[in-house]
Amino acid sequence: MIETIKQRYRYPSLLLRQLVKTDFQLRYHGSTLGYLWTLIRPLAIFAILYVVFAKFLRVGDAVPFYAVYLLLGIMLWNYFVEVTSGSVEAIVGKGELLRKINFPKYIVVLTGSVSATINLLINSVVLTGFMLFLGADPSLSAVVVVPLLFAELFVFSLGVGFLLSALFVRFRDVQYIWEVVLQGAFYATPILYPLSFVPEAGAKILMLNPIAQIIQDARRVLITPESVTIADVYGNAVARLVPLAIVIVVSITAAIYFRKRSRFFAEEV
Amino acid sequence: MSDENDVVISVDNVSKVFRLPHERQSTIKSMFTNVFKGTGSKYYEPQQALKDISFEVKKGEFFGIVGRNGSGKSTLLKILAEIYQPTSGSIETKGKLVPFIELGVGFNPELTGRENVYLNGAMLGFSKEEVEQRYGKIVEFAELEQHMDQKLKNYSSGMQVRLAFSVAIQADADILLIDEVLAVGDADFQKKCYDYFYLLKKQNKTVVFVSHDMGAIRSYCDEVVLIEQSELQQQGKPRDISQLYSKMFLKEDTPQQVAEQTPGRKWGNGVINIQSVSLASDSFSTLSEQTVGVSLKAVEKVNDMVVGVAVKNKSGDAFYGLNTAEKNISISNCRSGEELTVKFTFPLNLSNGNYTVDVACHGLDVGNVYEWWNDAAHFSVNVPENNSSYNLSAKNAKVSVAKNKK
Repeated sequence: MIETIKQRYRYPSLLLRQLVKTDFQLRYHGSTLGYLWTLIRPLAIFAILYVVFAKFLRVGDAVPFYAVYLLLGIMLWNYFVEVTSGSVEAIVGKGELLRKINFPKYIVVLTGSVSATINLLINSVVLTGFMLFLGADPSLSAVVVVPLLFAELFVFSLGVGFLLSALFVRFRDVQYIWEVVLQGAFYATPILYPLSFVPEAGAKILMLNPIAQIIQDARRVLITPESVTIADVYGNAVARLVPLAIVIVVSITAAIYFRKRSRFFAEEV
Repeated sequence: MSDENDVVISVDNVSKVFRLPHERQSTIKSMFTNVFKGTGSKYYEPQQALKDISFEVKKGEFFGIVGRNGSGKSTLLKILAEIYQPTSGSIETKGKLVPFIELGVGFNPELTGRENVYLNGAMLGFSKEEVEQRYGKIVEFAELEQHMDQKLKNYSSGMQVRLAFSVAIQADADILLIDEVLAVGDADFQKKCYDYFYLLKKQNKTVVFVSHDMGAIRSYCDEVVLIEQSELQQQGKPRDISQLYSKMFLKEDTPQQVAEQTPGRKWGNGVINIQSVSLASDSFSTLSEQTVGVSLKAVEKVNDMVVGVAVKNKSGDAFYGLNTAEKNISISNCRSGEELTVKFTFPLNLSNGNYTVDVACHGLDVGNVYEWWNDAAHFSVNVPENNSSYNLSAKNAKVSVAKNKK
């Protein structure tokens, strides 16, 4: 039984490992700082946003430990952006390859997602450093909750990624639509501002977004207990099931659609 | 003999229809507008690439698929490789199948030779450890020891092909699908390819080989199918199929075309002048003998000389060559202005078709070309019930040289 599974996933897993490795070999290829950019980029974006929102607009005054609060939000959001926008062109970009050899197509999308996850884990180390340096008020439950939140984020991002990559093969508008959606969603998600800035009715809608729910839950257990979660907005912990259901529905739909379409990728790209 | 278990590929009634969009419906707007017009099908033109193809390949067979460009043979190969899905029908394969539609699948110019070996290896199903085991052999075979840490983009195309080929031959598959593109490249590389084919035959591997090179088909294949206009025309032995295939081209050759052809160009260092080339006959309706007479004049004094002829078929492949050196005739010490005549006589054992003759005159070193005359003469063979294929042998040929006394 285990042998059969091993045999079945032998090719996908060795391919995934090699493609992730290649991805890292090629990323930041030719740049002097190389892999360091994985750390510098989010930190630089964080620095800009911090100066604008904490120093000029003073948004952060209402939130304890605003700097790390902001950094965590940006990290998680960037992960979602990296996986999903990378996935859009993942299949089409490998068109040449698809026409020459048959391999499990999902590996291509999964490769981008695994690379991004490795980056997220490295960034988490930096975040921990900032938490120690600038201070934060984490709760002990973080040990259990954070991995669960990461898992939810991983599944949701990958699900959206599968959907986008398969749709893009047939509809090239997807790329532009997704750019706009991400831009809108960035402001519709409480990344820069605390949820207390939003009227209650609005907050109830915003928090149904799985990314908003994940960010706020992560902030609650890692940064400050004052962080408002979906349970607080609805006054009921069961409300968390709504974004969770969205994640599950999106992922299953994506998996079915991708599976169905992937047989024809080679002739359609 | 033909045990059910011997069948490793079974193709059952496979058809493939590509839906070619007239106007590609790849924006969401066009999807909506088409839905409202209710004319979805109008925008796709179905193109039948394969129609009801059925055949079986047995274990250890070297199986050829031949057909002209656009006949559907490459689509069939891609369906066998599971790159395309058949529209109807089914395919069953037993054992590990590795396709070589192209060499160096996944090669990235920005990576080093070493990194590309691992990447290409993974695409072919090797784990990191398996590539490591074979790495030495791969590098040695590719003769690239000095270059493995260079980026692939700095390789010459010949080096890239060598590297790709060295990885490819490591694949231990039960079934190999080989496209003819493999056998392109310089003569040296082609030889390596053909050596590899012989090795595969020796190891009793099952090979499906797509080609329109009848020479290769006849040399390697045990069984051949001919695909023409999306359909399987005939299955049989290489000899029969290659004749059928040659006849397909003959039908399209009209005799007028031959008459209009003019003698081709001459090149070389001009030490010798090929003055004329004559044929015993330029059209044959029985399989007799052909004689090619060549008149030469030495422009300068020449110590050593080899004179040869090559017979080429319609597609320009020289499949038969004969020269004085082969027959141990040495032509030496020609004075300036001396003239000589060389006669090549060989029995015609050719399938019907149009042929052209090249005449060349060079030193003992083939690279030292005195004069080469491409397409110096033409002849055609049109024999009723002709069952021979290209089958000329130097053994039965006669060559004579005469110095014209002045």
